[in-house]
Amino acid sequence: MRLFYPLVSFATVILLWEVAIRIFNVPNYILPNIGQVLESLQTGYIDGSYWPHLSFTLTATVTGYLSGAVVALVLGAVLAEIPIVERFVFPLVIAIQSMPKVALAPLVIVWFGFGIESKIVMVALICFFPIFVNVIVGLRSVDPNLVDMMRICGASRLDILREVKLPHAASPIFAGLQIAVVMGLIGAVVGEFIASTEGLGFLIQTGSNALDLGTVFAGLISLAVIGVCGTQLLRFLHTRIVFWDRKSFGSVAAGEG
Amino acid sequence: MPAVSLDRVSLTYVTASGTIPAVQNLSLDIERGSFVSILGPSGCGKSTLIKMVAGLLAPSAGAAKLNGETVTGPRKDVGMVFQQPTLLPWKSVLDNVKVPLRARGLDAKACDLRARQMLELVKLAGFEKNYPFELSGGMQQRVGIARALIHDPPVVVMDEPFAALDALTREQMSLELQRLWEHSQKTVIFVTHSIHEAAFLSDRVIVLSARPAKVVKDIRIDLPRPRNVETLADSAFTELCNELRSELYAVTGALDGKR
Repeated sequence: MRLFYPLVSFATVILLWEVAIRIFNVPNYILPNIGQVLESLQTGYIDGSYWPHLSFTLTATVTGYLSGAVVALVLGAVLAEIPIVERFVFPLVIAIQSMPKVALAPLVIVWFGFGIESKIVMVALICFFPIFVNVIVGLRSVDPNLVDMMRICGASRLDILREVKLPHAASPIFAGLQIAVVMGLIGAVVGEFIASTEGLGFLIQTGSNALDLGTVFAGLISLAVIGVCGTQLLRFLHTRIVFWDRKSFGSVAAGEG
Repeated sequence: MPAVSLDRVSLTYVTASGTIPAVQNLSLDIERGSFVSILGPSGCGKSTLIKMVAGLLAPSAGAAKLNGETVTGPRKDVGMVFQQPTLLPWKSVLDNVKVPLRARGLDAKACDLRARQMLELVKLAGFEKNYPFELSGGMQQRVGIARALIHDPPVVVMDEPFAALDALTREQMSLELQRLWEHSQKTVIFVTHSIHEAAFLSDRVIVLSARPAKVVKDIRIDLPRPRNVETLADSAFTELCNELRSELYAVTGALDGKR
């Protein structure tokens, strides 16, 4: 039943797409029909020529995402906990954040080369900010009474960070991690557009150059699938790990005796 | 020597818009094993006062002392119950109760038995594995009380612990608290703005003025113990409540003190 509504939406879009092509007689170098896209997907994934591209983009995205996330977590925690570091580092962070990270791509290519390294750096750079900001906001928004309670109990600062602030920040951090999935893909694709011989971004670009829009759409659909899977995975982890934050979760509130 | 004494303490909050004196030159001695309520209008600095006793806030002048020793930070011999249950939502009831022992380095197994005993004492046996969000407000506050008592501190400070509960639950919790305290020989400082709660539970009620807090009245409550539901209907109890009420009204200036 959960699949009913999205299935209807997708079916409607595909139907309108097909109808539009027939009615307006759109040539296939402007808009391919479903058959062509499916054919590209079939030859790409069943005959196997897309797999290296998919794996290239996936590797770059996952590696970059994880490194960006780790750096964001550590740096965010340090900044939120040590005010003097924040005063020095935060202006720099704001300055870099105000820059569209995509504009850094040519520079990153110069520094890290045409290979997968530059894509990983692009992904990490773009993933960093939404996670970083959420780590700081999450750690800051902890209920001061919980901190007082821990202090009364004799907890050290590290205890309080580990036992109270981090779990409390888990929800906002997951929100950041979820946003970063899609943003990370942007980083990988932009890197591949600018200079690459592999990846889904490269596939889309070569398809576009050859006016082979079937391939372009196949690449876009592959990216969408990665994005949806990644986001869903994080949503799943979120509800599993931050189980206490689901307001309606198995509420068995017994009457007060 | 009094169990707790406040020696000419003052505390001034510094904010962006200026300084706010919350407590000014307040002195108070609390004898060992007594139940003392601190009653005062909202925002008068009651909470500030007990946070100084608990070592969460340092006085700007004067000193809070426990057994004559100046309080310089949170101490093992003070337990605290907060206005909200203040439980860790990601820990089970049992683990929440264990926090004061765990934070002081005891391993989980060693605290287990003690934590279970505490839960039994606050009538929550069987809820060990539940999470706070699965409990009612009253039950959550019982967990908070169990946690404050688990390391057996001789002094317990309570910051309006029943303020967030409904009237009936409040009354029941007062009875429960009396039962827990009665043979414990603990010194309890109980902050409240409920006249009934103060009169029902206490050996002594301290009435504070509006901010900055000063002691305006120190009333002994000599009602026989254990007190129960009948006490609430007792004319001596009603009289004490009326006396406290007129003191409070005099402090807030909200109404003429005579009723």
